[in-house]
Amino acid sequence: MYFSTDEKQIPKSKVPSGELKDKWSNFKNQAKLISPNNRKNYNVIIVGTGLSGASAAASLAELGYNVSVFCFQDSPRRAHSVAAQGGVNAMKNYKNDGDSIYRMFYDTLKGGDFRAREANVYRLAECSAHLIDQAVAQGVPFAREYSGYLSNRSFGGVQVSRTFYARGQTGQQLLLGAYQALMRQVKAKKIKSYTRHEMLDLVLINGVAKGIIARNLDTGEITRHTANAVVLATGGFGKIYYLSTLAMGCNGSAIWRAHKKGAWVASPSWTQIHPTCLPQSGSYQSKLTLMSESLRNDGRIWVPLSKNENRKAADIPEEDRDYYLERRYPSFGNLAPRDIASRAAKERVDAGHGVGTLKNAVYLDFKDAIEKQGKEAIAKKYGNLFDMYQKITGINAYNEPMKISPAAHFSMGGLWVDYELSTNIPGLFAIGEANFADHGANRLGANSLLQACVDGYYILPQTLPHYLAQSGKPDPINSDDPAFIESELKVKKQLEEFGEINGHKTVDYFHRELGKILYDKCGLSRSEKGLTTAIEAIKNLRKSFYTDLKIPKKIDGINEELEKAGRVADYLEIAELMCIDALSREESCGAHFRTEHQTNDGEAIRDDKAFNFISCWQKSDHGPVLIKETLDFEFTTPTERSYK
Amino acid sequence: MDFKLKIWRQEQSSEKGKMTSYSVKDISPDMSFLEMLDQLNENLTLSGQSPVSFDSDCREGICGQCGLFINGRAHGPNAHTSTCQLHMRSFKDGDTIYIEPFRAAAFPIKKDLKIDRSALDKIIISGGFISVNTGQAPEANQTLISSDSVEAAFDAAACIGCGACVASCKNSSASLFTAAKISHLAQLPQGKIEHKSRTNQMVRKMDELGFGSCSNTGACEVECPQGISISHIAFMNKSYFK
Ligand SMILES: Cc1cc2nc3c(=O)[nH]c(=O)nc-3n(C[C@H](O)[C@H](O)[C@H](O)COP(=O)(O)OP(=O)(O)OC[C@H]3O[C@@H](n4cnc5c(N)ncnc54)[C@H](O)[C@@H]3O)c2cc1C
Ligand code: SF4
Ligand code: FES
Repeated sequence: MYFSTDEKQIPKSKVPSGELKDKWSNFKNQAKLISPNNRKNYNVIIVGTGLSGASAAASLAELGYNVSVFCFQDSPRRAHSVAAQGGVNAMKNYKNDGDSIYRMFYDTLKGGDFRAREANVYRLAECSAHLIDQAVAQGVPFAREYSGYLSNRSFGGVQVSRTFYARGQTGQQLLLGAYQALMRQVKAKKIKSYTRHEMLDLVLINGVAKGIIARNLDTGEITRHTANAVVLATGGFGKIYYLSTLAMGCNGSAIWRAHKKGAWVASPSWTQIHPTCLPQSGSYQSKLTLMSESLRNDGRIWVPLSKNENRKAADIPEEDRDYYLERRYPSFGNLAPRDIASRAAKERVDAGHGVGTLKNAVYLDFKDAIEKQGKEAIAKKYGNLFDMYQKITGINAYNEPMKISPAAHFSMGGLWVDYELSTNIPGLFAIGEANFADHGANRLGANSLLQACVDGYYILPQTLPHYLAQSGKPDPINSDDPAFIESELKVKKQLEEFGEINGHKTVDYFHRELGKILYDKCGLSRSEKGLTTAIEAIKNLRKSFYTDLKIPKKIDGINEELEKAGRVADYLEIAELMCIDALSREESCGAHFRTEHQTNDGEAIRDDKAFNFISCWQKSDHGPVLIKETLDFEFTTPTERSYK
Repeated sequence: MDFKLKIWRQEQSSEKGKMTSYSVKDISPDMSFLEMLDQLNENLTLSGQSPVSFDSDCREGICGQCGLFINGRAHGPNAHTSTCQLHMRSFKDGDTIYIEPFRAAAFPIKKDLKIDRSALDKIIISGGFISVNTGQAPEANQTLISSDSVEAAFDAAACIGCGACVASCKNSSASLFTAAKISHLAQLPQGKIEHKSRTNQMVRKMDELGFGSCSNTGACEVECPQGISISHIAFMNKSYFK
């Protein structure tokens, strides 16, 4: 056995009582407050300056708390939220197309294949409308109709238009709004910003989160930081697959080091593999670029019917094309949810119908849309995406179809949190993509910018003070406490050890190998045999990492190889837990597709009797321990997730 | 493809730097410029030499973390392209490529090709925001904004904060960066109220941080990966002197 199960521990979700629509109000009505004069006596550490971290920092600082924020980039504005293209969902029902909070809640819950907490998902939908107001007030230039009203489009997995967008740079514009709010508080001296600092450990005193150990990436200095509460807003760890849509520095280290201090990780294997990315073109490749899913509003996806097709796309007549999404999912067609669209692409590619030099892609074709709407209309909607496509591939997509393929994109899994966004360690919170919460087993497009903002602007500013108020007077925390000293020593020792291995392979070599194992065995489809092979392969790779790694020895000053070594060392451990998590869940749900659990025509079979729970993983000396948070569907009945 | 590289190596800010020669072989034309440097660095690391420090994160032209001076041009030979979006197909087999950091008095070199651009954050801190607290905003459609104004605001808001404008300006002026933010916020009704004070604060900060002043050469606009127009600078100056 790779893990054990502890049926006795029952995670406390802390969902307030009452009707679904009243729960969040009930929480707020009963939450404990701290009076304005006392707030300055509390220090809060926020690791991460993406949408979740920046919005939380600005909001808490405006309330009067002292906030320190950390990021590894050279400016908070560069957090990877900046790269989100397509848009952000919000329930405004501006289109009068039947949208409502309930419908958005239900779409999200169903999109996640009924593997999320109802109350959390409802709150996400409930807070969504206000976010748009907030962002507009900050100066986010969302697209407008000619009349001056805000414009919307639709995204995969829903039948209403509730996505707000700012050209193809929605994440950038939302992040700049949050970043500017953050900088305003830096000016007001309520926030201290530590850029180029990487968190390398979480410090607990008597089981309560009291600070972090960070490394200054420019000087190499290791520093101790104390606080009354610590918030991890460190984003997703999809970069574990090496080739992904994430940034080079994205990592799982902050949440993993918290896990090693006792925080539970929930469903780490649930990774969204995005259907519309640029295919890999060679072994040198360092990342895969996402082409926004919004393209699926007007582009049609197809592959040649024949396996041995040699003609150019334009020369292949209609009758020789297979529009497989329209064929298999007539009511959603090209807008089928991501997991389904990715799996369908993989199925066609595996069956030998792939296109491109490596036969690893499918076509995304705008010919019909350009004929109907004109090139100008398409350029207005997607111009920057077409430009980006041309920059990377050298191909003009107005003249021939794009080639796309699936790539690792979003971590549904992350630190387990309760309704108050607190982990199981008192004083440690997790927000944004770093937590496991609202998206269940599959995230709907344009819902994660939303989640990051809602966590940071609306939820944490209510729940974190509630925690502080309950924990009594702010005690002074001593950074010379043995807990800090011990953590710091451990961190330094690890950094030195990496340099001393002095083997024959670079960090990137190990990262690339790990990525291959995960794509192959713990990616779009998983099986018992594949996962057990992967676990052994990862263990071997980890062994060889600690005997054959080569990096420059220096630990003071800039050493990018050393930074990467720490991240990959953690990835090599996270990967194993991902495989164990996937192995333990003997059902198919959302992005988690176990080949043993499918219908004859390849659709997922979910098992609500046996697996209606969130898997929380606890670290122990005898391997991972599975703790189950049973999902209580009080207001909905889980149905089969059909998009046919 | 094979290339000769001449790269600026400098151990730290306080030390002197110099151009050093390297060569790379078997480079695919589809490789990005930074992937070519990754390959060089893997080889340097394995042979016990110190890899070349350079910055990058998103590698898709949006975070603004990358930025190299390539053959005398910020972000290399192609217009409206950041360094991470540059591909080797833009060079000829056998070329010698000169790679240097973005240089400006306000951007000290940290190591090799890595620079300190925190001065740009300081300009934003001085006033590059709308003073609205979170959670108190009115219904978004209450203030109608014409599609043209929003598009104009967006053109300026698209700045990625890379600093290429500063590096390509003979005066090391940060005018394009600063004007882009001023213009973004001033085009929107909610940003108009603070426009005058914001402009004064940001322009003064820019001067104080050691950036030069603008003499209208237009070099910044040419090198800006986001194609931000220098007309924003004229707008900023007009607002400042009004
Ligand atoms: C290419 C792309 C396109 C996307 N498009 C969309 C979209 O259209 N709509 C949508 O809703 N969602 C989209 N998403 C998802 C969405 O952008 C993210 O889920 C969301 O922005 C995450 O925000 P965050 O605040 O949780 O994390 P991030 O923005 O990733 O921020 C993480 C922060 O943590 C810091 N950090 C990480 N580790 C450490 C450490 N160890 N020490 C110190 N600091 C650390 C980083 O410096 C950074 O500041 C997209 C994602 C990608 C990758
Ligand atoms: S104005 Fe252009 S060149 Fe200057 S920082 Fe912004 S994006 Fe870079
Ligand atoms: S690495 Fe992000 S813009 Fe180049």
